[in-house]
Amino acid sequence: MSGPQSSILQVNDLETRFFTRKGIVRAVDGISFAVGKGRIVGIVGESGCGKSVTSLSIMGLVPSPAGKVTGGSIIFDSQDLITLGSREMCAIRGKDISMIFQEPMTSLNPVYTVGRQVGEALRIHAGADKNEIRERVIEAFDQVGIPEPAARVNAYPHQLSGGLRQRVMIAMALICEPRLLIADEPTTALDVTIQAQILELMMKLRDRLDTAIIMITHDLGVIAEICDDVNVMYAGKIIETSDVFTLFRQPAHPYTQGLLRAIPSITTPGKRTRLASIDGMVPNLLHLPAGCRFQPRCEAAMEICCRREPPLVALGDGHRVRCWLHQKKGESK
Amino acid sequence: MTAPLIETRHLKKYFPVKSGSMFGKKRVVRAVDDVTLTIRERETFALVGESGCGKTTFGRLILRLEGKTAGNVYYRGNDLHNVDAETLRNLRKRIQIIFQDPFASLNPRMRIRSILAEPLQTHNGRATSREMDERIRQLLTFVGLPEQVLRRYPHQFSGGQRQRIGIARALASHPEFIVCDEAVSALDVSIQAQILNLLEDLQEKFKLTYLFITHDLSVVNHIADRVCVMFLGKAVELGPTADLFRQPRHPYTRFLISAVPIPDPEMRNRQKMILTGDIPSPMQRIDGCRFHTRCPYARPVCRREDPAVVTDGERAVACHFPLD
Repeated sequence: MSGPQSSILQVNDLETRFFTRKGIVRAVDGISFAVGKGRIVGIVGESGCGKSVTSLSIMGLVPSPAGKVTGGSIIFDSQDLITLGSREMCAIRGKDISMIFQEPMTSLNPVYTVGRQVGEALRIHAGADKNEIRERVIEAFDQVGIPEPAARVNAYPHQLSGGLRQRVMIAMALICEPRLLIADEPTTALDVTIQAQILELMMKLRDRLDTAIIMITHDLGVIAEICDDVNVMYAGKIIETSDVFTLFRQPAHPYTQGLLRAIPSITTPGKRTRLASIDGMVPNLLHLPAGCRFQPRCEAAMEICCRREPPLVALGDGHRVRCWLHQKKGESK
Repeated sequence: MTAPLIETRHLKKYFPVKSGSMFGKKRVVRAVDDVTLTIRERETFALVGESGCGKTTFGRLILRLEGKTAGNVYYRGNDLHNVDAETLRNLRKRIQIIFQDPFASLNPRMRIRSILAEPLQTHNGRATSREMDERIRQLLTFVGLPEQVLRRYPHQFSGGQRQRIGIARALASHPEFIVCDEAVSALDVSIQAQILNLLEDLQEKFKLTYLFITHDLSVVNHIADRVCVMFLGKAVELGPTADLFRQPRHPYTRFLISAVPIPDPEMRNRQKMILTGDIPSPMQRIDGCRFHTRCPYARPVCRREDPAVVTDGERAVACHFPLD
């Protein structure tokens, strides 16, 4: 794990809330994690766990006025992104930190050529002239593996396939060589053979540019393939943090263990071996259960779990878990 | 082995495509192109492939939700696309479908009770309201939902619960065959596992046959007895699931399996086979083998001749140079 010294992003006690007619939704509720230089850090969880809101909070893109970052800090380059004004944030967004989204079709503007859209960041942040921008865009298209890049810069989004559109998005995100790339479910809408290409491309780019990547996904397979460190989220909290190998070898939180057991495997002949499912479902963020948020679904729940929120317990080597089971063990030692 | 339940013979479905100009050449998408296969009683048969491969169209042809272009679909020997309305109505009770997005497939203005009563009224008009209530309660217990849900509307449920409602509706007419079209694809893993287990329990209980249409090979490996891989309208490989995953014979199958991310970081450095470039658009006309433009093993004959399906015991493959 990377300490605060080597990390390029440090999120501390981040809180993002949505103020709705039905009440306050604590979508992200006091999470902390670090992203080391050149590391690929996964944030994994099921729908509604707050993983996408986390990424929007870092980017300063939480939909306002309903949503608001209400607490904590996001330290990037020794400045707190939360305190920055919108103009200062614009100078960072797209240049030092950029983002790719799940659905490349809805994230691209249909009325401009992809070349123009990819070049926009260069025009704004580098003030480059037209020919220079065109050359750099063609070069970027080439690097992300778009065939015939010189012709494709003039294409409109609808003329490209899903895989090519996601490559365009990646080219756009990387054109200013950001130090941090946030990828929110970048391969979820893609076919599996295309997903494999995009994941490979992201790892190559990390190796070449040393860009740190926050990989947001619901897919533990994707996490296992490319991440160095992992944060597991549940109902607005990070419930387990670890390097990827420890997490899959020795998952500590009952939720992480349950998730890993619930995935159908492609490597073992599985017919008629019953999947271990997690009973119940993700709690409504408006009506969170008392104590641990996972407690109503947890097979190992104890009396204390229903009363008090579990503390974050360090298990060594940067492996941390938010669960009373481990606190008890620590005490008895 | 059990008897065949569904047989397709040279089944084809071509969709016309509007061309850019009115003088342009008429083009077609060959969504399903000459597919012959058999689904046996009480098995789980998976149809797997990437978007645009024709797997959903195939499912719709089997339900006769779509008219065929050529070929036949036999259901217990009845030629489904050529039976009279009365016979079709009777057959339709036995054949049901569960869709991917249970929200889109449940009428938002109907309470759950009406949603479940509708197939009962359609298929058994003479039932008294008491009998119907009884049956509806029974359906809910089959899928593990409490009785209180009957008065609610679809939007008040989570994805997993809506899928349970979709399953209950499918079970209403006592079917023996259910097409599951990406039935678990939109669900979170913990819920997906619940629904997969439920489907397996119901199969056991009601002796159901499933056609499982999905793009998720891990789900196929888990649930299917036999699997057919489709690529651009063609069935390129078919076989028992375990055999096919252990030793794929069609190069495309091998690429497809190799591309699946494995949830075990210790295996991340395994030899992966990654296709270069995109899969061609289904509108593009490709002579010869449809996979030859992407296939690293393609030879001249692959560009000229469409490979025939060669059957070897339980396995079948459509490739000029199948892998060992």
